[in-house]
Amino acid sequence: MSLLPMVATGASVRRQGKVLIGPVDLRLDGQGVTIVIGPNGAGKTSLLKMLHGIVRLRTGSVSWNCPVEEARERQAFVFQQPVMMRRSVVDNVAYPLRLIGVPRRAARAEALEWVKRIGLEAAADRSANVLSGGERQKLALARALIRKPEVLFLDEPCASLDGRATREIEALLQDAVAAGTRLVMSTHNLGQALRLANEIILVARGQIQEHRSAGDFFAGPETPEGRAFLRGDIVE
Amino acid sequence: MSELWEGITRAIWLVVTLDADLVEITLRSLRVTLSALVVASLIALPLAAVLAVRRFWLRRATIAVLNALMGLPPVVVGLLVYVVLSRDGPLGVLGLLFTPTAMIIAQVIIIVPLIASIAHQSLRELWSDYHDLLISLHTSQFQRICTLLWDGRRALLTAALAGFGRAIGEVGAIMVVGGNIDHHTRVLTTAIALETGKGEFALALGLGFVLIGLAVAVNLCIHWLGQTERTGRW
Ligand SMILES: Nc1ncnc2c1ncn2[C@@H]1O[C@H](COP(=O)(O)OP(=O)(O)O)[C@@H](O)[C@H]1O
Ligand SMILES: [Mg+2]
Repeated sequence: MSLLPMVATGASVRRQGKVLIGPVDLRLDGQGVTIVIGPNGAGKTSLLKMLHGIVRLRTGSVSWNCPVEEARERQAFVFQQPVMMRRSVVDNVAYPLRLIGVPRRAARAEALEWVKRIGLEAAADRSANVLSGGERQKLALARALIRKPEVLFLDEPCASLDGRATREIEALLQDAVAAGTRLVMSTHNLGQALRLANEIILVARGQIQEHRSAGDFFAGPETPEGRAFLRGDIVE
Repeated sequence: MSELWEGITRAIWLVVTLDADLVEITLRSLRVTLSALVVASLIALPLAAVLAVRRFWLRRATIAVLNALMGLPPVVVGLLVYVVLSRDGPLGVLGLLFTPTAMIIAQVIIIVPLIASIAHQSLRELWSDYHDLLISLHTSQFQRICTLLWDGRRALLTAALAGFGRAIGEVGAIMVVGGNIDHHTRVLTTAIALETGKGEFALALGLGFVLIGLAVAVNLCIHWLGQTERTGRW
């Protein structure tokens, strides 16, 4: 049974008396790529973490088409600052498999395939903490994909990466989409949104301002923030 | 002055010729302290990991107690263990007083708080690094604890070495509960105290050299572990 649709109703997250995001009513369905855009501090990270279910809801609910316990195991999340575990590169990638009881050798063998795919073969047995920014992001992506998640959240995975690393990441993402993974990804990069998006969610001031198909959005945003994003303006 | 010189040269001679008494006492010291270290680590390291990842209601109290215990003078620990193990004490029937086991018990009590505190510091740091990832991967408490213990292994070894350093150099508690009995409970520190008291500087200094050597080795290991903490390959 499919994990989707995901339905959020009146969902909000608060910290220290401040609403970080919401209330959000949102339905996530179908296939492809949802791109979350919006200025800094708008609440993009909070939205992704809320949908993924790793922050406590203040109000409302986020439900998936399966029991809550199961839902999280069928999703994955790539954080803006990827977490490098104090292990070798290949053991980092193998970790999610080890958690679900895959024996060490089998997990490492599969992880090694991924390590080759992301071009880090030469560093496979080195500590993950010696990797560069782009390499870390690729490692985090491989680690997220190794359990073949049905939904993958990515929080600005290409912020602070150069063109080549961005291209490599996007290629991996496109492979994942082709394999049926549903992507929900925040970005600051207009070009990236144009290249990847099937639908756009525009967040500003802790609220979803627009949620439309990419074609509609790029043809004519409805909000000032949307127009500013398309112009490439600096949005406050 | 010449007496001191003679003491030092004889001490060096004792060390390089592996004097039988010196070797016996050194080995007993190592046996007692390594046993205490293993037991203390088995208690302190999981405790530190649990304190790092779980938010149970006694957590703060436990940390406060550990810190307080760390400040306890070892000789007082020795006294308490003595009272408990003495013939009229609650565990007197075990007949453990003045045995190496009593010394191990005292050392365990002295170093558990130290190891747990140091380990807790580093594991809490590691947990804040790992928190989002491990929550996202839907790990169980048990998996979180195992992951922290494994990935924090260098920091934990550092904590254990600090415990070893403290235990091997401790004299008050083990003198009280061990009794410094020749061929039975005499260890490096108690032997040094005794030989110095008798004016036998040669053996005291020889044992002192061994103790210093151990302390230096431990600190070199800690230093090296600190340097390879993040990027080491094992
Ligand atoms: N733990 C927190 N406590 C208080 N405020 C927070 C916390 N996390 C984020 N915020 C605030 O919430 C707002 C939304 O943050 P975030 O979701 O990270 O935005 P974005 O990812 O779009 O830049 C920001 O103003 C940020 O400063
Ligand atoms: Mg963000």
